[in-house]
Amino acid sequence: MAHVVGTSARRKEGPEKLAGHARYVDDYRIPGCLHGVTLRSSIARGRIRRLVQDPGFAWDEFVVATAADIPGQNVVSLIEQDQPLLAASEVRHALEPIALVAHADRARAYEALAHIQVEYEPLEAVLLPEQSEQVFESFLIERGDVAAGLAEADLVVEGEYSLPHQEQAYIENNGAACWFEADGTLVVLASMQCPYYVHKAMKPIFDLPGHKVRVIQAVTGGGFGGKEEYPNLIAGHAALLARKAGRPVKIIYDRHEDMLATTKRHPARIHHRTGVKRDGRLVAQDIEILMDGGAYVTLSPVVLSRGTLHATGPYDCPNVRIRSRVVATNTPPNGAFRGFGAPQTLFAAELHMERVAEAIGLDSVAIRRKNVLRVGGVLAVGQVLHESVGAEAALQRCVKLSHFKDKRREYARWNWRNDLPTWRGIGLALVHHGSGFTGSGEVYLASKATVALTRAGEIRVLSASTEFGQGTNTMFAQLAADSLGVPFEWISVETPDTSRVPDSGPTVASRTCMVVGRLVRSAALKLRNALLREHGHVPHTLRRLRKAALKLCGDDLERHFEAQYERPAGMQWDDETYRGDAYEAYSYAAVAVDLEVDKATWEVKLAHVTSVQDIGTPINPLLAEGQVVGGTAQALGYALLEAPVYKEGVMLNAQLTNYIIPTALDTPEMEIAFVEAPYSNGPFGAKGVGELPMDAPPPAVAAAIHNATGLWITELPILPERLAAADRRRQTPRARR
Amino acid sequence: MSVLRPRSAAEALRLYGRNPGAVPLAGATDFMVGWNAGQANGRTILDLAAVASWAQIRATRSALSIGALATHTQIQRDRHVRRHLPLLVEACATVGGLQIQNRGTLGGNIANASPAGDSFPPLAVYEAVVEIASARGRRRVAFGSIFAGVKKTVLGPGELIEAIHVPIPRTPSRQLWRKVGTRAAQAISKTMVAGLLWLARDGTVSELRFALGSMAPSVRRLTKAEAFVKGKRLTREVIHEACALLKQDVAPIDDIRSTAEYRLAVSENLLAGFLTRQR
Amino acid sequence: MRRRTGLLELRVNGKPVRFGGPPFTRLLDVLREELGLTGTKEGCGEGECGACSVLLDGRPVNSCLIPVCQAAGRRIETVESLGTPASLNVLQQAFLNQGGAQCGICTPGMLMTAWAYVRGGGSSDPAAIRRELAGNLCRCTGYQHIVNSVISAVRSRRRSLAKKRSAPKRAPVRRRRPAARPRARRR
Repeated sequence: MAHVVGTSARRKEGPEKLAGHARYVDDYRIPGCLHGVTLRSSIARGRIRRLVQDPGFAWDEFVVATAADIPGQNVVSLIEQDQPLLAASEVRHALEPIALVAHADRARAYEALAHIQVEYEPLEAVLLPEQSEQVFESFLIERGDVAAGLAEADLVVEGEYSLPHQEQAYIENNGAACWFEADGTLVVLASMQCPYYVHKAMKPIFDLPGHKVRVIQAVTGGGFGGKEEYPNLIAGHAALLARKAGRPVKIIYDRHEDMLATTKRHPARIHHRTGVKRDGRLVAQDIEILMDGGAYVTLSPVVLSRGTLHATGPYDCPNVRIRSRVVATNTPPNGAFRGFGAPQTLFAAELHMERVAEAIGLDSVAIRRKNVLRVGGVLAVGQVLHESVGAEAALQRCVKLSHFKDKRREYARWNWRNDLPTWRGIGLALVHHGSGFTGSGEVYLASKATVALTRAGEIRVLSASTEFGQGTNTMFAQLAADSLGVPFEWISVETPDTSRVPDSGPTVASRTCMVVGRLVRSAALKLRNALLREHGHVPHTLRRLRKAALKLCGDDLERHFEAQYERPAGMQWDDETYRGDAYEAYSYAAVAVDLEVDKATWEVKLAHVTSVQDIGTPINPLLAEGQVVGGTAQALGYALLEAPVYKEGVMLNAQLTNYIIPTALDTPEMEIAFVEAPYSNGPFGAKGVGELPMDAPPPAVAAAIHNATGLWITELPILPERLAAADRRRQTPRARR
Repeated sequence: MSVLRPRSAAEALRLYGRNPGAVPLAGATDFMVGWNAGQANGRTILDLAAVASWAQIRATRSALSIGALATHTQIQRDRHVRRHLPLLVEACATVGGLQIQNRGTLGGNIANASPAGDSFPPLAVYEAVVEIASARGRRRVAFGSIFAGVKKTVLGPGELIEAIHVPIPRTPSRQLWRKVGTRAAQAISKTMVAGLLWLARDGTVSELRFALGSMAPSVRRLTKAEAFVKGKRLTREVIHEACALLKQDVAPIDDIRSTAEYRLAVSENLLAGFLTRQR
Repeated sequence: MRRRTGLLELRVNGKPVRFGGPPFTRLLDVLREELGLTGTKEGCGEGECGACSVLLDGRPVNSCLIPVCQAAGRRIETVESLGTPASLNVLQQAFLNQGGAQCGICTPGMLMTAWAYVRGGGSSDPAAIRRELAGNLCRCTGYQHIVNSVISAVRSRRRSLAKKRSAPKRAPVRRRRPAARPRARRR
């Protein structure tokens, strides 16, 4: 039997997508369906006095819903219960949903919005996190004695780093279609990452028991975290209109609304104070983090948690103190975005490492090798790394593949000349990224996955883990096939539908492959054992499999083999003290960015990116590489292009014309390599992959720009305007032209 | 709404003359963005797509005549334009993506009068002339006088752009097109420059033409700097002074794409680079 | 003062189609809602992302920016004209093999732009391919696997064209059916 794990098996749903047959939520024709639109707050904070519907307007054509129509609780359940489905008495951010309108004609529905007036009593808004007094969550992590470490240091280096919002910019906007079946069951069909989040959120709003809510994932056109929690809101809105209309209702955001109203990456401000010995050894890291949560809690506490836990970078420092908080502002809530707090804190950590290196007179590679986490290394939370630490191997490989040292020398010569039109630079960064939920998170989730054998001899993977481009379907099929010892083609992966699939937890946090994949493997092994018991061996032909299936299924249509999450032996975490094993395993990446800066325009042109990842065993190298290249492109956008502009809590450039994401010409050729440090509890040795590529490129870009220009740009994105201003400010300008 | 669909130039001018409130439509790439957002509802549309005679590019010995409905793709591919107006070819290649270049027209772009029209700096330095037609007759307006402000032209009621005439320039000593935008492709410019320079045998400047886009409500020629360098050798001091004069002919602003300060600094650098460059 | 436009006729994927709705309906909506060709996607509605790209007389355009009246009498090709899941065309197959599609939402538009390029004899130079695809945004792939897919399709197509060109001389099968060729020539 040929093994399929480790091969680039073709994407399961690929042919459907390539032929234009895959159905995204807006592709469904639902008979009698109305289009829903949303009336949003025009002010950042205030009390709602009343809603006035223009009496001259033909309202009998329309369905209008407000908070008063909600049969259950007016709440979008997530970590806290603070966010209303529709604002009733007050608004806490601009663009907060207040009322909904549905009509068979979408244009008419939009037209109606202009005929509802909202009378507000405006209140003073807090728009900047520094001015906020409302703390959603805070953490303190300590290891050793930071004061003693700083005292012992030969040099103390300080730095302040700023990160902006970032828009996920999936190409398919958010959308949901909802209807009620004759028996009162609410059906949600939507573009989403987490069917069971939506399931959980619908129950209190409509006061329905779990079995009366059915959530189905439509083919989903990208998520990146942007469809982790926001679908709860849209589904709730569409369902509320559907309930009132007695007909199906679809809400599909247009690009402008999606960018204005939905969640973004948390802006952050991070301060580092680092003590270092003359030989480059870190002796103290004192880090402060402030994140802007926006108006409601959403996922801010866990974003802050992940950001905090990654704030040191992948280094073993004996004395660490991290103080972090996320605060409320009167801006649209921020939420999940690939990396989930870590890209912010790792940008600061890694760019700061460059400044420490420069201050102490070491090169970028030497200082990292001096401090990098190895097996036996200890993290700030006290976690000892027992296995699967590929950080140093990734660093070494990256340095070699990128010709880092040669390029540094070559560019020093290039930059010394003033008859050349550009400055050139190469920079690198090294990061870690924890796979799965933090601490006890996976224990609370208690995820399940199932492998089913039908009477017809079909083998199906049933899980709530969604496919939205990452390759979930293909990777699960590979895991199941090799666990069973059957061909890849025999396995199908079911579309997540809460009436069919168990709760495998959300499709987030780089957990799908390592955590849910492990469950798929366990479930497949259970089926294998059953086949061995009943049949003596795993059938080699479909005909024999069908025979075995008839026997195994007995009178049932299908037989399910389920596996549930169990915490690996020896792992422990204390939520009170925030100490212990923060993540089961970490993936690592080293990235080198090679670029040039135009002396006349300060435009940055990326020449090449080298990215080396330790994700354990790549289950499907082609798909894993796709994750890495794609994540890197997003990260390069974050580093150089993506600059949301806000005024009064409203994004001014909420269009793809003015919110600039990379095109094919902005994205350089990339060389991707894997160094494999397999994780013994990961399926076939795999760890998480999805978020890691987002972390390292921004600090590598900033380091390369420093290498090219001598300028430290500590705020993203590194726009030419920022470079020009910094260039002007410096005391001894380099010759231009 | 109603749509008028003339089949010939004469019919187009007649229909527009009778319906001066109609919105003339060429490639629709800009109009449809507003239309999709609910603008222009209820307006009469004059769809010029079928007026084939306005989509041609003709060459005589001394000039090229680019029909108003020639697309950016057509202009890039035309062998006469490629030979004589390379800056225009380069500019047309930076308009939006391929899809926009395949639809957007030169006449539509001019009529739209965006401060950031990519083809404008080349047309300004090539000293194009815009041929305007109406049911009453025809007139010619120098390209430099066609714009009346942001999104405004001097076109009167019932007038349409029929063609853009571009005199074939003598071969310049140096030429430059550079767009500095928000990204490498499909970008709106922060500043852009087009330059033509003719040097006399003795190395003095016989003529400089330099135009900037996105630096004022409409495209600007650097009249002060151009006059200043005429007859002079391009010494460091002369170049320095020419760059210092640049700001007198432009009025850059801060907006969501860039800052006035950056726009000005980059424009000065590009002018300096152009004047300095040795071939 | 209204000129009646009546029924508009266009050719979509080789079939004549009539449309009697408002002339300023977006081509995108006519394709998706009237004709049920939902392979063409909407990403931004302002001609920026290219997800709605279709071919108009063989050239890529954004169908969200085309009033259907401007497509009258013209030839439109959508992703549905390429191949089916069971029988992908050379470009689709290359995308499958090279990982050119991830979430799939930009894919139909990307395929159409790339198809015009491949069919038009575009080169396998990655820089040229990137320039050609710059009007199609993708947020998943970082473009590299898309570029690889197009390179691979250019090469496969060249190979198969070369085979076809040399085929009549070598294939005795053709010689046995001389009747078929003159007829084809007359057309």
